[in-house]
Amino acid sequence: MRYLPKSDAERAAMLEEIGVSSIDDLFTAIPEEYRLKRDLRVPRQMAESEIIDYFKTAAEKNAKVYSSFLGAGAYRHYRPVVIDSLVQRGEFLTSYTPYQAEITQGTLQAIFEFQTMICELTGMDIANASMYDGSTGAAEAVMMAVRVTGRDNVLVARTVHPEYRDVMHTYAQHQGHDANEVTYGQDGRIDLAALDQAVTEETACVLVQSPNFFGVIEDIPSIAEIAHKKGALLIVSIAEAVSLGIVRPPVEADIVSMEAQSFGVALSYGGPYCGVLAAKEKYLRQMPGRLVGETKDTEGRRGFVLTLSTREQHIRREKATSNICTNQALVALMATIFMTVYGKQGIRELALQNLAKAKYASDKLGSHGTLMFSRAPRFHEFVLQTEEPPKRLNARLMENKIIGGLDLRRWYPELHNATLWCATELTTREQIDAAAAIVAEISVASAAR
Amino acid sequence: MAYPEKYKYTREHEWVEVNGKVGIIGITDYAQNSLGDIVFVDAPKVDTKVEKGAVFGSVESVKAVSDLYSPVTGTVTEVNEDLKASPEKINSDAHGAWIIKVGLSDPAEVESLLTAADYEKFIAEETGK
Amino acid sequence: MATMTSGFVGTTRKVTPHITQNEPLSFEKSSPGKKGYKLAPLDVPEVDASALLGGTVREDEPTLPELSEIEIIRHFTRLSTWNYAIDLGMYPLGSCTMKYNPRVNEFVSRLEGIAEAHPYQPERLSRGAMVIIKLLKDCLIEITGMDAITLQPAAGAHGEFTGMLMTRAYHTSKGNPRKTVIIPDSAHGTNPATAAACGYQVVNLKSNAQGGVDVAALEKMVNEETAALMLTNPSTLGVFEAQIHKIADVLHQKGALLYMDGANMNALVGKTRPGDFGVDVMHLNLHKTFSTPHGGGGPGCGPVACKQFLEPFLPVPFVMLGEDGLLHWSSDRPHTVGRVRMFYGNFGMFVRALAYILANGPDGLRQTTEDAVLNANYIRKNLEDLYELPYDTPSMHEVVFSDRRQAKNGIKTGDIAKRLIDYGFHPYTTSFPLIVPGALMIEPTESESREELDLFVDAMRQIAREAEENPQLITTAPHSTRISRLDETTAARKPVLRWQGAPAHGVEVDTAAKEW
Repeated sequence: MRYLPKSDAERAAMLEEIGVSSIDDLFTAIPEEYRLKRDLRVPRQMAESEIIDYFKTAAEKNAKVYSSFLGAGAYRHYRPVVIDSLVQRGEFLTSYTPYQAEITQGTLQAIFEFQTMICELTGMDIANASMYDGSTGAAEAVMMAVRVTGRDNVLVARTVHPEYRDVMHTYAQHQGHDANEVTYGQDGRIDLAALDQAVTEETACVLVQSPNFFGVIEDIPSIAEIAHKKGALLIVSIAEAVSLGIVRPPVEADIVSMEAQSFGVALSYGGPYCGVLAAKEKYLRQMPGRLVGETKDTEGRRGFVLTLSTREQHIRREKATSNICTNQALVALMATIFMTVYGKQGIRELALQNLAKAKYASDKLGSHGTLMFSRAPRFHEFVLQTEEPPKRLNARLMENKIIGGLDLRRWYPELHNATLWCATELTTREQIDAAAAIVAEISVASAAR
Repeated sequence: MAYPEKYKYTREHEWVEVNGKVGIIGITDYAQNSLGDIVFVDAPKVDTKVEKGAVFGSVESVKAVSDLYSPVTGTVTEVNEDLKASPEKINSDAHGAWIIKVGLSDPAEVESLLTAADYEKFIAEETGK
Repeated sequence: MATMTSGFVGTTRKVTPHITQNEPLSFEKSSPGKKGYKLAPLDVPEVDASALLGGTVREDEPTLPELSEIEIIRHFTRLSTWNYAIDLGMYPLGSCTMKYNPRVNEFVSRLEGIAEAHPYQPERLSRGAMVIIKLLKDCLIEITGMDAITLQPAAGAHGEFTGMLMTRAYHTSKGNPRKTVIIPDSAHGTNPATAAACGYQVVNLKSNAQGGVDVAALEKMVNEETAALMLTNPSTLGVFEAQIHKIADVLHQKGALLYMDGANMNALVGKTRPGDFGVDVMHLNLHKTFSTPHGGGGPGCGPVACKQFLEPFLPVPFVMLGEDGLLHWSSDRPHTVGRVRMFYGNFGMFVRALAYILANGPDGLRQTTEDAVLNANYIRKNLEDLYELPYDTPSMHEVVFSDRRQAKNGIKTGDIAKRLIDYGFHPYTTSFPLIVPGALMIEPTESESREELDLFVDAMRQIAREAEENPQLITTAPHSTRISRLDETTAARKPVLRWQGAPAHGVEVDTAAKEW
């Protein structure tokens, strides 16, 4: 087998040197009745060309040459080619967790740069790239707030991504804290009056997403005031990292949990993505996951090292701040390169383009339906209400090779015939016009009736 | 290393000095030596209740963390703020760098703790293993 | 930089990381106005952000670097040359299974239909993804000898968490969630951390004199409040639990479950199956056994496989074959523990792991396991005269020595590990498992040739000699790296976790006392 660097002769020689006659002599610890006496029933060994054919065939069965208006927590942005050129270097791709700092300064310095850029973008003091994704990051942020405050009541906005809320519920099951949802107002933002009523001296934290699941940007300063006056922490979850190029950072938050997939990580049918946790400095010791710190070596040269690992599972065991071990180093590296490529000016320009495309799309589509939540500011997603049921609308769009907005029925049944649309810098005017034309067809038809 | 005679000791390597109704608590020189460079002390706040034999905080070095067990029962009256900025004081002077002061609910409790001589014998046995 | 001493005994055939590049931080190379990007011109009307966003518009300019493309390529390329990697040489890290990361895996994961698939794409446009998921699930079920599986968890620890949630849900469905989880003292730290996260109290089980489970002690410990035993098999000592059937029986008699940490599956694939020897639920690490790349620390993937009676508790959604003969996503699992993450799991890792399985086939998978065990035993045979074996039980895919003999000269496992760097290797796992004081945990994997193993053995033998003749050479190692030993104490006492250049948006870095 071509991955195995041995000849049969070498195997035989090694067995002899070890002092056994066959390889099975090294497996005698396995009780006889459990030794597999047949081949595994998996597909036969394939040549590389066959492997590629298999996956190409599978890839063909996925959507191709469709324009897509899907967002909802996973965003289609342009990925600069240099990202893959660099992350596919063996020294990055096949390197291990940087526990041995002297021979992993590449990974460590890149993470340090990542931490810095995330702080700059989010307005927080400390950041790491250790969460699996935005959903588990939000769950960990909540647990962090519970630890920090010693309180066990949690408030979550209903405008937080529904799957994030599902995950938080799963995590919370045995943590002894319960989560209550706070509804949204006419403007699509969290209902501040309802929030004010709900926050008590027992509230550990308030969790909101901004821009939220509807694409609406929350009023962070007001939410912060309500939370803080009762001693609760504010956690802001960000599902669309690119928004930070043009939307003000949630500086009033105590913890920011972010999904950095938009920064150069492929959609890849849902994963792997890049969960980021950032916070104010005073919460440092309660923050789960790996942190890279700057230090000096014995000669006084600058170097980087994993630090504060006593919070982690390999030392604290059952008292660890989290059970997390693996982090997201390679996808974080993609994000680091992405942020470096766009840089100070580019990140703003990119975000502006997204804003412009979505404005155009919402104007055009909105004229054939109702643009919901239009009273509040948005980034690049919007909710459209149509006469036509989404199922039919999307079927018609698909016939024209367009994947339309996400049907919101399963999560927000109270929103009648609502779909969530996203436009990014990759969405062309042509695609928007084409979609609008299809949407228009039915509304013209029904208007004529 | 001479262990101060006026202190009492635990098998978890804490010391306590009793001043009337107040117990002053720290960790022993043996403990700081085992831990290595101390980087952080996690101490309870003033007014926290502590219980003899129960964990009240922890001491961290780069690679290890050690729970702190209270030798006495009572309420925390003072916390050594110096250790926040300079945890290394425990390394340089373990018997002088106190961590918390506790208002004792039962000063007689300390009678059952180890004397300096008992403690020295205890660690001699530990290291001899 | 430190010069090598005359006592240095290195081997010239090894690759060493680039030592002379002194690459600063990207911020330090940045200058205003340099650009590394170009966006296509806007084909829709421009917008006035302040007008659209009102008070939510960003006014400050976050300090990100400004560099051209070539500077970016050079920056990261130079950084990469400071890393050791599997592509450069062996990683003898125990229980990490640092095997070759096949390149075809990277290629297929980047095929357009795969890389650009949005998780919310309509099903009929995602059949390719679902086919991949179904085939991988079937293969992993066959490999583990289990009945059902979820691919949702993002890493091993995440899989453990999922498996323990399922355990709890199962017991709860029987009327009593139970209180404790038994964990051997040789276990990986994620095990107790996970048990605690699921609301269980951890009970430590001391290993017996052979470094395995003390079955008699276990029998005394297991009661009606025991939810499960979390077992790594083979253990972190590389030893297969010969009494595994007894262990499973003891647990099952009291209604407790046997959870297996699958980190060491590289010793079992194709030779035996956990489902056959009594395991009820287990997780796999695709980034260990199934060759998905470590990438500097992640991403991983931690599927959880289980027996039929636990299937109702698996996370949702799941891929199933519908009556129409097509694959569909279903959430029809009334007793599910819920979701453990958004979307479906690390699909990019599924693709890579499946490519690995297809490249191997049944014979390749078995041969891989055999070579892994052969390699570990080869190392054991060639070092056992110089390094102490704390247990004489046979090793499978990894071998654990202790530094006891070298400690007489004041040399500890951490020192030997640093000296190994001078010989061109990444260190083995030091100081773990905790039950072996001064442990040297070595897992070569099947990816090492005899030449590479001999170089490793030579290096370790040289170091053993140095421990007798010139211990200082070891305690001050490494000598050949760009950076020498770093001050971890100051890094922990006074953490500097970001570049301290001028902060943006006038926000004061919060230097308030560390209250919490």
